[in-house]
Amino acid sequence: MTAYRVATGGLVDRSKTIRFTFDGKTVEAVEGDTIASALLASGVSIVARSFKYHRPRGVWGAGVEEPNAIVDVSGPVSLTNARATTVLARNGMIVCSVNAAPTAVSDRNAFIDRFARFIPAAFYYKTFMFPTWSLFEPSIRKMAGLGTIVPEGAAVPAADQVNVGCDVLVVGAGPAGLLAALRAAETGCKVILCDDGFAVGGSLLHRSCSIDGMDGRSWADETVARLHALGASVLTRTTAFGIYDHGLVALSQLDAVNGRDRLWRVRPGKVILATGAIERSLPFANNDRPGVMLAEAGLAYLKRYGVAPGRKVVVATNNSVGKATADELSALGISVTLVDSRNGSEIATVNGAKHVESVTLSDGSTITCDAVLVSGGFTPTLHLYCQAKGKLTWDETLQTFVAGAPVPGISVAGAAAACFDIALVVDSVRLALSQCEIDAGNTPASALSLPAFDISPAWPKAGQSGRVWIDLQNDVTAKDIELAARENFVSVEHLKRYTTLGMATDQGKTSNLAGIALMASLTDRSIPEVGTTTYRPPFTPVPFTSLSGARQETMLNPPRRLALEEVHRAMGARLMEYGGWIRPSHYGEGPMEEAAQREALAARESVAIFDGSPLGKIEVVGPQAAELLDFVFYNSMSSLKPGRCRYGLILSESGLVYDDGVVIRVDENRFIVSCSSSHVAGVHTMLESWRQDRFSTDKVFIHNATTAYATVTLSGPKSKAVLEAAGLVIDDATLAHMTTSEVSLGDLAVRVTRVSFTGDRSYEVSVRADQAERLWQLLSESGKPFGIAPIGMEALLILRAEKGYIVIGKDTDGTTLPMDLGMNGPLKSKRVEFSGNRSLLTAEATRPDRPNFIGLEVMDDGGPFAPGAHGIEMTEGRLRSLGYITSSYHSPTLNKPIALALIERGYSRIGDIIEVQHLGARRRARICAPCVFDPEGDRLNG
Amino acid sequence: MQIFTCPFCGPRSETEFHFVGDFPKPRPDGMAKVSAEMWSDYLHNQNNPKGAASELWMHMACHEIFRMDRHTVTHEVTGSYALSSEAQS
Ligand SMILES: [Zn+2]
Repeated sequence: MTAYRVATGGLVDRSKTIRFTFDGKTVEAVEGDTIASALLASGVSIVARSFKYHRPRGVWGAGVEEPNAIVDVSGPVSLTNARATTVLARNGMIVCSVNAAPTAVSDRNAFIDRFARFIPAAFYYKTFMFPTWSLFEPSIRKMAGLGTIVPEGAAVPAADQVNVGCDVLVVGAGPAGLLAALRAAETGCKVILCDDGFAVGGSLLHRSCSIDGMDGRSWADETVARLHALGASVLTRTTAFGIYDHGLVALSQLDAVNGRDRLWRVRPGKVILATGAIERSLPFANNDRPGVMLAEAGLAYLKRYGVAPGRKVVVATNNSVGKATADELSALGISVTLVDSRNGSEIATVNGAKHVESVTLSDGSTITCDAVLVSGGFTPTLHLYCQAKGKLTWDETLQTFVAGAPVPGISVAGAAAACFDIALVVDSVRLALSQCEIDAGNTPASALSLPAFDISPAWPKAGQSGRVWIDLQNDVTAKDIELAARENFVSVEHLKRYTTLGMATDQGKTSNLAGIALMASLTDRSIPEVGTTTYRPPFTPVPFTSLSGARQETMLNPPRRLALEEVHRAMGARLMEYGGWIRPSHYGEGPMEEAAQREALAARESVAIFDGSPLGKIEVVGPQAAELLDFVFYNSMSSLKPGRCRYGLILSESGLVYDDGVVIRVDENRFIVSCSSSHVAGVHTMLESWRQDRFSTDKVFIHNATTAYATVTLSGPKSKAVLEAAGLVIDDATLAHMTTSEVSLGDLAVRVTRVSFTGDRSYEVSVRADQAERLWQLLSESGKPFGIAPIGMEALLILRAEKGYIVIGKDTDGTTLPMDLGMNGPLKSKRVEFSGNRSLLTAEATRPDRPNFIGLEVMDDGGPFAPGAHGIEMTEGRLRSLGYITSSYHSPTLNKPIALALIERGYSRIGDIIEVQHLGARRRARICAPCVFDPEGDRLNG
Repeated sequence: MQIFTCPFCGPRSETEFHFVGDFPKPRPDGMAKVSAEMWSDYLHNQNNPKGAASELWMHMACHEIFRMDRHTVTHEVTGSYALSSEAQS
């Protein structure tokens, strides 16, 4: 016999049938059922296989404490490792047990339990060591794992995220929480009340009591109505799972809107924890058998869901609340036998292979039964108090840890404050309110419903016969804890990690204290001397979709888009990400490599048009602007004449090359720093830092105008002709290489700057971003007679490599100094301080065997080298690296492979032949200058 | 999530801020006159106190650098101060 649905009672609607499947079998439920209550009502006794031994397991609790009934749910919602006790049954749900194959009832790994005595704690780590644990791990993990990740496409939608402040946050809507929230709201506080249950009321939903002359459930309903009228927020299915720095409390609200969860970030003035208490088990053999469950849960199933736990029920307890539960069940017509250890009566073992059939008491007598409800005392739920650095103290009378000294801003009330009777609850609420400086006023009269709490210790003992379960979810038995004690894992944190006690999705909510108590007795310590492990968020598992919310993919890292993106697309551009920007890699059909070769050749032959808009445009303005740039740049900038440009490096304080770029001096007190497109934010921050550290902030200003302008670059021998055709006649004396000019191009105001990243005559034409398209069209049209070709980033990278121009982060790494790039001049000549200057004098910076930036000629016809291939050398019989190739391409202009590399002592080895190794294959290369095309630079003015 | 107070923008989420360094942390100027030990200390050593700390932070929304005093264990922030616009130069 098993649990069954009773004819009347409970908060379910028996007229509305719901059908779902569990491990492939149809289960009939009624509206209001959880998956767990429906399984119980349908007589499904085995709902899971245990984590390690694959023992049959049944529903254990009725809420978040559930260690056994962990299921995967798909359709209409997808949930992984969900607690069957906290998910409402819905039509069409497909529910699967997680640690069983094929099903929980007939699990093919059930044989493992027969070998249990050979599989103690840490067995797997000790046994599967040869040759490595990682060889065995996948199959063992598969056998022991929990749920399966929802496949792609079926993922749950991103959760809403809400940030909100309030005066008082009340966690838990049982009698204490309702009372506290109501009183706080009545005094004018902005109140948020949250509860993880489907309905407010907490224990009032299943325990009889009277408040203000009303029965508990009615009082709860009326209180919620009054709270709503007072403007309080009442959130059900909402777990306060963590309390963080500066009083942030995070709430996870399940199924808030159309199946989407909602994450609340609450900044409350005060927090009242009315989080209740969780019942504990009792230590008898086979206390994990299906049919054994927590007593409070058994009562809850009957009164909330109309499901009786069995036809002949044994209630085993060591405390007065457990006895009260038995009395209440009896009064409701259930056949109950009380086994109360306070009267010297204890269960020794549960009998029955797959379900409870009888119990044998310690006196040897046997009671036939089909359910055992256990109550081993109550542990107040103080996770949030502990997360907020509250310290627990041991209460010998109550046999549990209770909250110690108050944490500022946090009060505890109700069962969380170890007050189990409604009259005591009212007192605890008054105290909590006064701690929050809220006038407690008149709190309701209530009738005592329970006798004063009384408990006698009933902790697991060493050497008990049979297998006594401590942690159901992690399959930790009393013997595992004895083993840990023998092997000296006696610290509570070691105990946890050695035995896995209190790990996994339930975090030992029903088990930790029993394990700690057993360890205490094994090591002749008191329970508080063993202590508890550190409490960390989350209280219950929180879906990643809630934590991330909308911050995924492009919402997490928005790509930067060009003003001309649509123009590029219309021209057939292929777009890729470069340094956070979506830019054309190349145009047209065919493989990217071929297109890049074609485009690079066209740029050399006539003229190319290129979108250089992401290039940095940081304006540095003011009488101290030149001085600031002298400090931030390695190269001197104050000597630059207005209207001229200079290439320079920016070093970090450790002397490393952080970025490079061209500085344009527009006029005496106005510069534009044209840094790498991917380093704009970093260079901006660096300029700001030094500005505020070393300069008068009212004498120099920094403005990042990068996205205010678009830059269209013309490069190639015909570039000047294109500009002239577009209406801008400007001779080389007026606009020489490395100069700038602000001019009109038709009705467009533009800045034309002659800098070149290709080695050919180039014009960078910058215009207000909103006029970019007109500029592009004008230059494209004007260029048609000259065969103007759009080029993407890939062609540009080849063109610059032919010239030996570096790309920061590609041709430099986190160790590159300016001298490694052949830039020694400023260190010798500069007389003012600059960022990183002292670092260039260190032994490391001046050692003679530094890597140098050089070119490599391929000596065979094997095509381009692999980027990243190492230059190698035999030194004293040992092969070692001389450095590596940073860039490597086929040069369409020279029709041969080219490469750039950082090679030890490269400058003194020009002309030498070295070996290059890649994936074991070796080739020969001749070291040459980085620039292999037009080394005289004639083409800049060609 | 911590709340830091920018002296210019007011209380904001910690994610808007960027740690700059210890306060004060004077830069040793003078190239070769600066000993290797002094420079290495400047580059690599942070106070990293357990307890009360004075630090420089940048508010990335307005780019102002300010001094913040806080407790590295309790995470309590005891004060935020604007730096003088009359800089050291
Ligand atoms: Zn600010």
